[in-house]
Amino acid sequence: MNQGNEHIQTSINWDEIRSHFPVLQQHVNGKPLSYLDNGASSELPQVVIDRINAYHTNEHANVHRGIHSLSQHATDAYEQARKKVRALINARYEEEIIYTTGTTDSINLVANSYGRKHFKEGDEIIVSEMEHHANIVPWQMIAEQTGALLKVVPVDDQGELIMDEYYKLLSDRTKMVALIHVSNVLGTINPVEEIIEAAHARNIPVLLDGAQAVPHSAVDVQNLDVDFYAFSAHKMCGPTGFGILYGKKELLDEMPPYRGGGDMIDKVTFEKTTWNDLPHKFEAGTPPIAAGVGFGVSIDYLNTIGMEIIEQREQELLQYATKKLEAVDGLQIIGTSSKKASVISFLLDGIHPTDAGTILDKEGIAVRTGHHCAQPLMDRFNIPGTLRASISFYNNEDDIDRLVKGIEYTKEFFG
Amino acid sequence: MDIKQTEDRIVREFGIFEDWTEKYKHLIKLGDKLDPLPPEDHIESNLVKGCQSQVWLTARLEGEKVLFSADSDAAITKGLVALMIRFYSGRTPDEIIDTKPDFLGKIGLSEHLSPTRSNGLVSMIKQMKIYAMAFKSQISS
Repeated sequence: MNQGNEHIQTSINWDEIRSHFPVLQQHVNGKPLSYLDNGASSELPQVVIDRINAYHTNEHANVHRGIHSLSQHATDAYEQARKKVRALINARYEEEIIYTTGTTDSINLVANSYGRKHFKEGDEIIVSEMEHHANIVPWQMIAEQTGALLKVVPVDDQGELIMDEYYKLLSDRTKMVALIHVSNVLGTINPVEEIIEAAHARNIPVLLDGAQAVPHSAVDVQNLDVDFYAFSAHKMCGPTGFGILYGKKELLDEMPPYRGGGDMIDKVTFEKTTWNDLPHKFEAGTPPIAAGVGFGVSIDYLNTIGMEIIEQREQELLQYATKKLEAVDGLQIIGTSSKKASVISFLLDGIHPTDAGTILDKEGIAVRTGHHCAQPLMDRFNIPGTLRASISFYNNEDDIDRLVKGIEYTKEFFG
Repeated sequence: MDIKQTEDRIVREFGIFEDWTEKYKHLIKLGDKLDPLPPEDHIESNLVKGCQSQVWLTARLEGEKVLFSADSDAAITKGLVALMIRFYSGRTPDEIIDTKPDFLGKIGLSEHLSPTRSNGLVSMIKQMKIYAMAFKSQISS
């Protein structure tokens, strides 16, 4: 951490930031809530809730088709978010930002549109052992239809991709590399620059699942030179049902639409329909307008704090939590890469994760238990599931201390 | 003991606990005391679909009564499984099909019946009823 950043960091009042999130102010099962399930979904600050409320109260109309003032106003508010997303991830053009319902939907779009057009018998799609099901199943489905095959980059004991194996898998048959940027289970931050460079050397496009990356650090798609990038609003202080697909314009331009309906058309006759321009070509039907408007404010909110500051604070909390958890007897951390985001998966000796999660919930501590939609990764580590604490910038040291106390209590309970 | 008496007994048994800690400790004890499921029955085809903890369930017909055996890899789930066995095992198919496990609500454990809870309990009850329906048609044919 350099001195300049330290200065900025100390000027942030984290208690005040926490007070912006009404959900965190409550008691659960009679105990104050320590919400450590941010990897599943993050909470909304009051400004986002107020904006969504105001939209429903005063501004609602359908977008992109009304001549009346209300519709035009709604369209402006909804399209504002696109400008903010473009700036957030530093895309070149606004039309490279496609609205979807979330990361899963974004990946399905690329698999179905790009994949159906380009994949054929014997082609290969590279994924990894640490993928979320959302970055496995859509490719599997399209592979089944096109005769393409999935190739899997293995993961080592620390929870890092075995890069030598990645290089070996790249070949003339590879037609897509689709990898998770930050693992939702292990926290591992993958070496995406290197991955992209190696794929591009063979003219292979790369899709990154950024669901756990964009909320925790500054992502620059031009700098990465990534071809497709997918993420969700609800993991970054935004509403559910809304997400983003970034794609390079030249790739999106030549891709066919994925869903048909209103908004995505230029002209419809029963003989032939022509498509609307980007980004609307991929946005059929009435979208979740309020969610889009709200997400714009989520981005403003995160920018007010600053993504670099958020990353620093989360790294500080990650280090604090890792040190505390490592000191707990009988606790094993799964995922010990030196480059991690604020996600810690762990196991307790002789206690099933579901049992531990149930007791922690009774203590007001919300963690995730189970396979985290990454069953192949669970198989890799030969475990049924883990407990996972995923930390956001609005958490604090007290949340971590309560987690550790809760774990000690859980051990006593089943002891 | 008929199914109604069993329900009353369970409700009385859990009525003495003052907080969730005692209740859950008792539940875990019930799981510990559950008749073990033979190792050869811990197989994929006996697994009840549940997202987080695994539950194995077998059933056989003895006379006109259905006998269930089960196990789980999680302690709290296993306690719930033991309660379900106590409630439904040794009943006629009709009793199993017609009776809902309302006692879970009466003893303050209905949260485990939520389909989103993913502990396999809802699926286990469904599976028990499917077995009961199958045995019912076997008896009547």
